[in-house]
Amino acid sequence: MKYLLESTKAHSQEWLCYTEKMLDQIVFYFFAALAVVSAILVVTRRNVVQSAIFLITALLATAGIFLQLHAEFLFIVQVILYAGGIMVLFVFVIMLINMDVSLHQIQFNRQWWLGLLLAIVVGAELTIAIAIGRSQVTFGAAAPASALEPSTQLVGKVLFGEYMLPFEIASILLLVAMIGAVVMAKKRI
Amino acid sequence: MIPIGQYLFLGMVLFTIGAIGVVTRRNVIIILMSIELMLNAVNINLVAFSRLVGSAEGHVFAIFIITDAAAEAAVGLGIIIAFFRNRETLLGDEMDLLKW
Repeated sequence: MKYLLESTKAHSQEWLCYTEKMLDQIVFYFFAALAVVSAILVVTRRNVVQSAIFLITALLATAGIFLQLHAEFLFIVQVILYAGGIMVLFVFVIMLINMDVSLHQIQFNRQWWLGLLLAIVVGAELTIAIAIGRSQVTFGAAAPASALEPSTQLVGKVLFGEYMLPFEIASILLLVAMIGAVVMAKKRI
Repeated sequence: MIPIGQYLFLGMVLFTIGAIGVVTRRNVIIILMSIELMLNAVNINLVAFSRLVGSAEGHVFAIFIITDAAAEAAVGLGIIIAFFRNRETLLGDEMDLLKW
């Protein structure tokens, strides 16, 4: 009886582990497919507003992948800063600019085939690099989620400990960007 | 746990799509959006390796990249507004003052 109980317990644990793995894969492939499809739509749409909407979808899908990788802080930063902040800036500028003319122009430049070829070569090179790297380096198993500290806490420790100086330099970069944006948007330049 | 190669492959696909957008489109705003896509693809790689190694440094660098993207978007869109005000166009081909 005891043996039976233990065996069912082990079995249910195994089943739980299996479902967790399965769910992990479903979530990853869903968000990956969403990101790739909306990225393609960003690049190919004629209307800039549609492109912006699909870019929001791509960024949110990436945020989902961050969450699947247990990067909770980065997930929320991505949603608030990228999908909330940067995209509002984009849509705001699109609304400031008269789009009627550009809708009827040719959307791809004259060297589009050369550019496409170049990008495909870069993509093939990266694929080959990943394939070679996968066969030559054994990455080993990932650290289990339970072995890690809560990632937000860890990020704070690393950011304000080891990377304090880069953090301050990033704040100077933001200041410079703010001044630059104000100067660029002035009436007479 | 999904093998690391799949994250790298996803990042590679997104990066290539962004690169295609940068080199083939004429609209300056879409070029800027494609650059955002490329930065995002790099972030996926950083976070995946960070999870693999079990340290938070990849997250920190991803945060720096997001900061950079915000700064770049602010300045880039300012330049686009100034450009549109002067030339009444959005085409990247027309930005040729420095070309000889």
